[in-house]
Amino acid sequence: MLSVQNIDVAYGPTQILFGVSMEVSNNELFCIMGRNGVGKTTLLNAIMGVLRPTSGQILFEGRDLGKMHPYERVKAGLAYVPQTRGSFPQLTVLESLKVVVDASDRGDKAALDEAVDLFPRLKKLFGRKAGFLSGGEAAQLAIARALVTKPSLLILDEPTEGIQPSIIMEIEDAIANLTRSGMSILLVEQYMEFALRLAGRYLILDAGEVVSAGKMGDLDEAEMRKLVLI
Amino acid sequence: MIALGYTLVYGVLQLINFAHSEVFMVGSLGAFLTVGLLAPDGGATTQGQGALILIAAFIPSVILGGLTAVALERVAYRPLRRRNAPRLAYLISAIGASLFLSNSVRIWRGPNFETFPRSIKSRIVLDLGDTFFTGILPQSFQRVKIQNRDIIVFVIAMLAMVAVDQFINRSRMGRGIRAVAQDAETAGLMGVNIDRVITVTFLIGGMLAGAAGLLFGWSFGVTRFQIGFLPGIKAFTAAVLGGIGNIRGALLGGLMLGVFENVAAGCFGVQWRDVVAFLILVLVLLFKPTGLLGEKISS
Repeated sequence: MLSVQNIDVAYGPTQILFGVSMEVSNNELFCIMGRNGVGKTTLLNAIMGVLRPTSGQILFEGRDLGKMHPYERVKAGLAYVPQTRGSFPQLTVLESLKVVVDASDRGDKAALDEAVDLFPRLKKLFGRKAGFLSGGEAAQLAIARALVTKPSLLILDEPTEGIQPSIIMEIEDAIANLTRSGMSILLVEQYMEFALRLAGRYLILDAGEVVSAGKMGDLDEAEMRKLVLI
Repeated sequence: MIALGYTLVYGVLQLINFAHSEVFMVGSLGAFLTVGLLAPDGGATTQGQGALILIAAFIPSVILGGLTAVALERVAYRPLRRRNAPRLAYLISAIGASLFLSNSVRIWRGPNFETFPRSIKSRIVLDLGDTFFTGILPQSFQRVKIQNRDIIVFVIAMLAMVAVDQFINRSRMGRGIRAVAQDAETAGLMGVNIDRVITVTFLIGGMLAGAAGLLFGWSFGVTRFQIGFLPGIKAFTAAVLGGIGNIRGALLGGLMLGVFENVAAGCFGVQWRDVVAFLILVLVLLFKPTGLLGEKISS
């Protein structure tokens, strides 16, 4: 489904990723792990088109994403939940969902209802401005907002960061349900237990390079802690 | 109406489009040429004919204003956005585009004022000096005379403001504009075509400026290559006074600036009108830079 082939990514003169490759298959949850600052979000930004690789190629469902704008990648079936949640503070919860339905040409009212069914507490907050949501509510809104486009691949950047445990469980249930329903998910996560429970395959980045990859079941937990924890 | 254009573009791009006054000038010129074309022998002979000419002139001035603003965005700003240019580059580009437009018109039409052909004649529709108001209004109000053109300009400005406000707050594209204004990168990542949103924003601002150019030309009876300079600066002042980026603020700022200017002209003489306008700009920037309805943008 998603094929990242030997990409280098740089911010100006500073190179962040060095020859990163990975494959995300249909109906799987793939997890990218690594310490802070190793290039995980940079990799997602390259996949979404915020940054352009200086070399290498990114293919999605056989199409080269090379020159596509971020909004074209969303139309192609990618959906992104940023680490910062990316709320539109002055838009209400309902407007935040509708703006994505309108823009993507992929979503509809049924997709909006389905996305909200995963996080029922959002229904009560439809009229509230997104800037007044708690961290957990904002994370749920960000995931629901990505789902209204009915994506082929959902990309989540640390969805549990800074969230209370009860909402982490709700998010985990929602992600597990999505995986069971056949959606492919690319997850960046530092909360190891969360990643271990959900993911089928993994990749660990260190200093912008892939240092370990494979099936989650084969991962040596001690090695994982060494590579992921500070 | 010009202030709405400044405020819309600022809301989306955090950019002061200093070439906006030239969009207004182009709208005014479009109206002048259309009225001249429709009434080549000096203008309308009846009020009805004048009204029809004026309505017909709206179309080219609005279209020209909109297209000029869109072209401006494509040529002067979009290439800079693509390269993540610093804010100063936008400002220099805006000034360059402004000089290019005004001097192109100067070469084409010459440096002198051109007189609008007759359309609707000005007529006093409400004279507060009438005996009817004696004893009701203070004596100072009794010098006020409201003309038909004042009412037409006010009504059109109100309609434009309400239409833009509704468009921004109720339409699909309006939601997209608000999303881009709040976080352009995230809006793009959610599927919003940022280039299209920005183009539509410039188009609306340009159409409003074009319509304002027509009303200005009709009210004052002249146009010229530099006609946009003073109204442009005053509209910018109005947008800052109301809170730049805030649509209702632009209208409030425009109304308040107009009142202040005219009170100053009445109290101290007309030569004080512009002094007061720019004094207000300085005072607002010094003491309430977010304007009357603007919100402080947190980091």
